[in-house]
Amino acid sequence: MRVSFEVNGHEVTADNVWPGESLLYVLRERLGLPGSKNACEQGECGSCTVYLDGVTVCSCLVAAGQAQGRAVRTVEGLAESGDLAERRLSPVQEAFVEAGAVQCGFCTPGLLVQTDDLIERTVGQGGGVPDEAEIREHLAGNLCRCTGYEKIIDAVRLAAERTAAQRDGGGPA
Amino acid sequence: MASTSTRAPVGLSSVTRDGIGASPRRPDGTLKVTGEFAYSSDMWMEDMLWGATLRSPHPHAEILGIDVSGALRLPGVYAVLTHEDVPGEKRYGLEYRDQPVLAFGKVRYKGEPVAIVAADHPETARRALERIKVDYRVLEPVSDARRAALDPDCPLVHEEGSLPLHEEHNQRGNRVRYQPIRTGAFADGASVEEVRALADVVVTGEYEVGMQDQAFLGPESGLAVPAEDGGVDLYIATQWLHVDQRQIAPCLGLPADKVRLTLAGVGGAFGAREDLSMQIHACMLALHTGKPVKFVYNREESFFGHVHRHPATMRYEHGAKRDGTLVYATMEIVLDGGAYASATPAVVGVASSLGIGPYEVPHVSVDAYGVYTTNPPCGAMRGFGAVQACFGYESQMDRLAAELGMDPVDLRIKNAVSQGSRIITGQEIDMPMPMAEMLRRAREMPLPPDRSSLPAPSDPRTLPGGVANTSHGEGIVRGIGYGVGLKNLCFSEGFDDYSTARVRLEVVGGEPAVTVHTAAAEVGQGLVTVKGQIARTELGVERVTILPSDTRVGSAGSSSASRQSYMTGGAVKTACEAVRERVFALVRERGLVEDGHPDALLSLSGGKVVSAAEGVLISLADLLGGEAIEETREYHHRPTQMLDPSRGQGSSHTQFGMCVHRAVVDVDVELGLVKVVALDAVQDVGKVMHPQQLAGQIQGASAQGLGLALMEEIQVHDGVIRNPSFTDYLIPTILDTPPMRIDVLEHPDPHAPYGLRGAGEPPTLSSTPAIVAAVRNATGRPLTHAPVRPEDIVGIDPPQG
Ligand code: FES
Ligand code: FES
Repeated sequence: MRVSFEVNGHEVTADNVWPGESLLYVLRERLGLPGSKNACEQGECGSCTVYLDGVTVCSCLVAAGQAQGRAVRTVEGLAESGDLAERRLSPVQEAFVEAGAVQCGFCTPGLLVQTDDLIERTVGQGGGVPDEAEIREHLAGNLCRCTGYEKIIDAVRLAAERTAAQRDGGGPA
Repeated sequence: MASTSTRAPVGLSSVTRDGIGASPRRPDGTLKVTGEFAYSSDMWMEDMLWGATLRSPHPHAEILGIDVSGALRLPGVYAVLTHEDVPGEKRYGLEYRDQPVLAFGKVRYKGEPVAIVAADHPETARRALERIKVDYRVLEPVSDARRAALDPDCPLVHEEGSLPLHEEHNQRGNRVRYQPIRTGAFADGASVEEVRALADVVVTGEYEVGMQDQAFLGPESGLAVPAEDGGVDLYIATQWLHVDQRQIAPCLGLPADKVRLTLAGVGGAFGAREDLSMQIHACMLALHTGKPVKFVYNREESFFGHVHRHPATMRYEHGAKRDGTLVYATMEIVLDGGAYASATPAVVGVASSLGIGPYEVPHVSVDAYGVYTTNPPCGAMRGFGAVQACFGYESQMDRLAAELGMDPVDLRIKNAVSQGSRIITGQEIDMPMPMAEMLRRAREMPLPPDRSSLPAPSDPRTLPGGVANTSHGEGIVRGIGYGVGLKNLCFSEGFDDYSTARVRLEVVGGEPAVTVHTAAAEVGQGLVTVKGQIARTELGVERVTILPSDTRVGSAGSSSASRQSYMTGGAVKTACEAVRERVFALVRERGLVEDGHPDALLSLSGGKVVSAAEGVLISLADLLGGEAIEETREYHHRPTQMLDPSRGQGSSHTQFGMCVHRAVVDVDVELGLVKVVALDAVQDVGKVMHPQQLAGQIQGASAQGLGLALMEEIQVHDGVIRNPSFTDYLIPTILDTPPMRIDVLEHPDPHAPYGLRGAGEPPTLSSTPAIVAAVRNATGRPLTHAPVRPEDIVGIDPPQG
């Protein structure tokens, strides 16, 4: 089967897709976008989290055919586009590296998308920086085995604060 | 010894940035947040095939025949291989060579690899597996580890004479290793009854630790690429490239130099990548088909694809004087090693030698058994034998404190080891060990606010059960508990687990630049950052490149036993020192200092050569010009000894580390649910290399200990894993994990580079007993099983299964 959809702003088409293939498989193995990770394939870990029409989903649970005609955004689409050397990381990406929220990094792509979503829903909608309980609740579906989550919470807070400062100050934090 | 100063030298505005003690960004951080970091499962090649593994459905069975013809006929299938196709040695193993590449004769655990397939699509490969017919004669499983250890009539997992015996480990029958330890009166042959008479108070206890999974997030995977010279290149997520190479090459019938390994991105390890999984299988299929072959296990297969933490049953007896002074202790521990030895011998060495923990006890008797059963194989996991023992001896300390009516922290302080103490193997702790101070500091850390003072005490997010809304605050009891763990760091018992580093200094684009090459596995811990920091500190150059780890440079040893900062850090430091000496020799050659000028007065900083007296002598760029200086060095820790097989004496460990935890929990005593409110740690790390990464190690380890305390257990019944998924095997989420305060001490170890102490494991030990103690404190229940189950808290018998 053939599946066409938009990924990170580009129209893509995958051919010879098997009926059982997930969106995650098609992204990783057919479209050359291995950033989203497969750690359970059962919707339990969040490593495969992507935006599907603006809503975060576990791409391992989405059949590839369900993405037909829709818009997907993955970790590869979070940074500003441009060539690797010049490209600026998004505030969330930047904060994760800076705060030490990345160890093995396998959970990171999914956490970045889910954090991006949290900041978009809070600071992005004119709201305040999410508190610790909100952060924990929003990231409850994303497992990390390395960090114990403390540095992840630091990173989310840092990214949210910077995004808020940028919004309020009008310029880059 | 020459060393760089931390002050800015004369004539320089600042010292070299991002050296040791700073928290520079991880060099792989940007790639990891953009999604471009290539993990082993992301490897991809035009034309590659997908590998898949047929695994035994039985824990114990004889193989009567294998028919692969049906699988071979499936279009898209390129190869189906069995034990008959293993080109070289049929078995491999970390310590004992007892594990078949592909099963022959018998299968000894459910999930054991029997046949492998390569096909053009992973689904084709899976379908091919279904068409392989294996004829089994099912045998009685050997499920009871205690029986395997102690009953001479227990059926054997490995037939008599089928394996070379390891006398030094008292290996016999189903015993992989038996290690006794006898000290004091026990060494003189006294019986427990005789020794018991010396004590005023005696407490006994039986404890169990369940089988824990490392549950790294990146499942086993790798890509094998056949090479023109008849060899193979393997891109693999592992903990030790050279030990993989050493095991793979003989099975392929190839010399080691034809099996080249490169470390692919590793999605966590925690011990689960010490043993081989798909390495030989991928290489066999690649060599057979002439095409690249990729394996990626899914989560379920991952539960069968790696070893787990040994489940343990322990029996303890402690005797003390009325004032709390420990008089004697006995311990019996049985560690279920499962079907193959893996790291069991070394795990027994740790569990026994650290069996009664960091306490001064004059008379000790330990009997530690690691056994073969037909359960899933167990081996390395963070904490490695010390975790199980720590749950036992810390539970005993609390029981003794209760019996004596003493504060549990005071009891521990009273019996605490310190520098100069000897552990039960007779080995002196010849490095700082400020246990009493650490306990006091843990006790004095601020406590979290009472529930009653929370702004919204009935907010379910603050309660056990969380947003499942199981309670609004009724039936919630708070408890506090402590745990202390003593861990050996680096390999023990005579292993020379050296590391190798190659360091190159040259001028690139007018600036001095350093390249560091090692074979050490970055598994997430941040060794890549630390290697760069050491090079910056030692060579005074900020621009450092860390080359990918591969087997083109000598062994780095394993990313295990908290040893890489020590060992590979030590190797990088030593290689840098050698490079620096050559720089100084060049300085002398050029007449920039007089001939007899001592090296100690020279240093490298900010890309310059600096003299203590005269300030900047010359920039490295001017000094080196087009010349590159490269040095390779091996770093060895001091030699250690085997424990003697009859009384368990010997200086077996390289270094000791310690962590103290205090846990605060809220328990719903009606439903048996626990919320950990705080989990605070005090740890002595000798020297902080990277404060931020250190915190990440301590918090990550503490969370894994939390998992073992409250939720993580692989359920095995008659050799069958009942919960091989993240749906049924639960690891802590961000909601389960509390804020974790850290208090770090730096008492340098004079034997170690920079005085540092391995830091990644000790918190995994102490966090579990601290949490369980806190739950006991809240509930008054004995709680002798880790993880604590809700039924243990509410006091009903667990479901029989
Ligand atoms: S891989 Fe999709 S949730 Fe785990
Ligand atoms: S950083 Fe390794 S799983 Fe999160």
